[in-house]
Amino acid sequence: MKVLVAVKRVIDYNVKVRVKPDNTGVDLANVKMAMNPFCEIAVEEAVRLKEKGVATEIVVVSIGPKAAQEQIRTALALGADRGIHIETDEEVQSLQAAKLLKAVVDKEEPKLVILGKQSIDTDNNQTGQMLAALAGMPQGTFASEVVVDGDKVNVTREVDGGLVTVQLNLPAVVTTDLRLNEPRYASLPNIMKAKKKPLDTQSPADLGVDLTPRLTTLKVEAPQTRKAGIKVGSVEELVDKLKNEAKVI
Amino acid sequence: MSEILVNRRDLAFQLFEVLETEKLTERTRFAEHSRETFEAVIETSDKMARDLFASHNALADKDEPRFVDGKVQMIPDVKRAFDAYAAAGFIAGSYDYELGGMQLPESVMAACNGFFTAANPGTAGYAFLTKAAANLIRVFGSEAQCRKYLEPMLTGHYAGTMAMTEPHAGSSLADIRTSATPTDQGHYLIKGAKIYISGGEQEITDNIVHLVLAKIKGAPAGVKGISLFIVPKYLTDDEGNKLGRNGVALAGLIHKMGYRGTTSTALSFGDDADCHGYLVGEPHQGLKYMFQMMNEARVGVGFGAAMIGYRGYMHSLEYARERLQGRHPSSKDPETPPLAIIEHADVRRMLLAQKSYVEGATALCLYGARLVDDSNTHPDETIRRESGLLLDLMTPVIKAWPSEYGPKANDLAIQVYGGAGYTREYPVEQCFRDNRLNPIHEGTNGIQALDLLGRKVWQADGAGIQALIRRMQVDLEAASDKRCQQWAYSLSETVQKAVKVTQTLGSALMKQGADRALANASCYLHLVGHICVAWMWLRQANVATKALQTAGSEEERHFYNGKLQAAQYFFHWELPTVAQDIVLLTNMDDTCLEMSTDWF
Repeated sequence: MKVLVAVKRVIDYNVKVRVKPDNTGVDLANVKMAMNPFCEIAVEEAVRLKEKGVATEIVVVSIGPKAAQEQIRTALALGADRGIHIETDEEVQSLQAAKLLKAVVDKEEPKLVILGKQSIDTDNNQTGQMLAALAGMPQGTFASEVVVDGDKVNVTREVDGGLVTVQLNLPAVVTTDLRLNEPRYASLPNIMKAKKKPLDTQSPADLGVDLTPRLTTLKVEAPQTRKAGIKVGSVEELVDKLKNEAKVI
Repeated sequence: MSEILVNRRDLAFQLFEVLETEKLTERTRFAEHSRETFEAVIETSDKMARDLFASHNALADKDEPRFVDGKVQMIPDVKRAFDAYAAAGFIAGSYDYELGGMQLPESVMAACNGFFTAANPGTAGYAFLTKAAANLIRVFGSEAQCRKYLEPMLTGHYAGTMAMTEPHAGSSLADIRTSATPTDQGHYLIKGAKIYISGGEQEITDNIVHLVLAKIKGAPAGVKGISLFIVPKYLTDDEGNKLGRNGVALAGLIHKMGYRGTTSTALSFGDDADCHGYLVGEPHQGLKYMFQMMNEARVGVGFGAAMIGYRGYMHSLEYARERLQGRHPSSKDPETPPLAIIEHADVRRMLLAQKSYVEGATALCLYGARLVDDSNTHPDETIRRESGLLLDLMTPVIKAWPSEYGPKANDLAIQVYGGAGYTREYPVEQCFRDNRLNPIHEGTNGIQALDLLGRKVWQADGAGIQALIRRMQVDLEAASDKRCQQWAYSLSETVQKAVKVTQTLGSALMKQGADRALANASCYLHLVGHICVAWMWLRQANVATKALQTAGSEEERHFYNGKLQAAQYFFHWELPTVAQDIVLLTNMDDTCLEMSTDWF
């Protein structure tokens, strides 16, 4: 079974993000970049499926500037078999990303597509769902457990108030939640092996996708800094404040 | 608090722009590598260091290892981190592919290990000790010893230690008393006691391989009678199955100021049960073997000190950007909003001092690691030899300068935080305590000074010093703009004075004897240290000046301007401090030498 995994290059989660002074976006110059943490979980799940003998080939795909090849190489070092880089320096919004991935899906015909549920830079939580709709595949989002069973996959989803398990026909789209697995680290010997794995580069034009944005960003602002809390003397005082000041009860 | 402990942009600058590490891939040994693989390994180190090491740095300090029923108890995070480090292949990173290694250059491995030290020196200690002990066995051990001990050490199943110090003999190894008695079964029986043995007991690995210095009965007196033995915690058969405990026992744990995650132990050998030891190499050659590995170990200590210094700098820089306090001296209006403390000139002084210390020390240590690479793999035999000579000469400086100025940087980091820095709620006080070990171990800085002035400078008829001056000359001439040329001029002036001082001390050594000539060796170490670090800043400034002309973005220009300003700080504020050393050394000041012990 072929598995396609999509990974995204984003600001490293340890970096303190700074908004550009003109409020047009966040400052990316000289900022440390890394693989989106949810995408790491997606790669790990695919590698585990391969180790169990369920998956036979893992193809990893990333959309972005030339430097996004670093993240593809990381995925290859973690156990993916080959990479596809769709190179562009343009802004890629969720719908355009989904269209590009749909074009890859048409070509590669994977049985399972695994994506992170969202990327930590834009937090849109859309691409997986859009891809499923465009490709006409069933979707299991926010997965905390994935079990492939013949030509079906059982996906346990994290939803408000508990877990829901859905059964999907393959081919299907799965997006990962935080608790699905704990990703491994690339070992030194595997970094060397990754160097020899094939990496194919394509352009959005090759795949016939127009990247013109459908959404316009009006303004980007840093979230308000959290104000210091206060200590209350008694339960009565707390209830009073919640009732009369915060007006939440 | 941000978990960025080392500035990756700076590391890339030092490795790839200043040292041109990518060129190493032209050599056969590194031919399969590229900048891409180097960066990928660095990325893995950075990530693992933050996720698995930094995460329990404070906890391992607070909840330090305890001695319970003859065993060591410690938090489980330490084992988890050690196992992951070993499983990723870091212990064997620079080894041959055939040994499961990755044939990485020492300069890249040093950079990688820097992240682990910055994140958690206590836990990283177990891995580094194992790597050092493994290196000794690889070079001097028999084939059978390598199979039995080296292989499981490289995979992290066994750990290693260096057991040298005894209760009455620390720096003075000539006086050790631990004895080795030959038996007719091939092994020796070891008897004695060792102290301050780092990692001497733990429950992280299946077995511990102690490398023990001991004297075989009837051996010559002093350092010429010391032999090196493998003493495993558990005896094993050739297949690695445990046969039972060897007679090496934990006598107690020592409670330290910092580096608390690494157990420091008192060990007894052959007290209650026979303690088997296996001779490494030839009898009476133990100290020689140890010292052949010492260069790399000492470069490692210097780099560790630089990295803990670096971490403190990063923390205090972030704090200074966010902490709002006070107004400019010119502002009299209390209604104006307070400034971030980084706006105050004195805070910027403390940050700039830290920057110049830690980035200068990092440059010095990476240069040292590159010398290790060049002395092993440079295609030109002359350069291989020259690099070896230079490494020998510079080792005491590379060990001592960062381990003096790393803690100084940490001291300033605490000062930037103010009262908060003195509390245990913030990380910088631990950095300071951890780093305070570095001027002491692997040969105290006092001993490094004696080694430099009493031995290294005169080795090979001063060929090392000549090579050092030759290499400096290249960078002095490369200074292209006015600012760099000015710095080059002050460096060259200082070097000339240092050469004169060296000649004075050389003739004093001959005429007045070592006691008098070496009495102020620490000033000499400081002088040479400052010259070397000034040289490192000139090298960085030369590269930054050029890069600034083509820098594409504002961020890049900020980075290179920062480098130039830090270089200026070092040349204006630090290099002139050697004037004092030059006066004391030239006059052969005898204040300390002539101070009678009765006058204290």
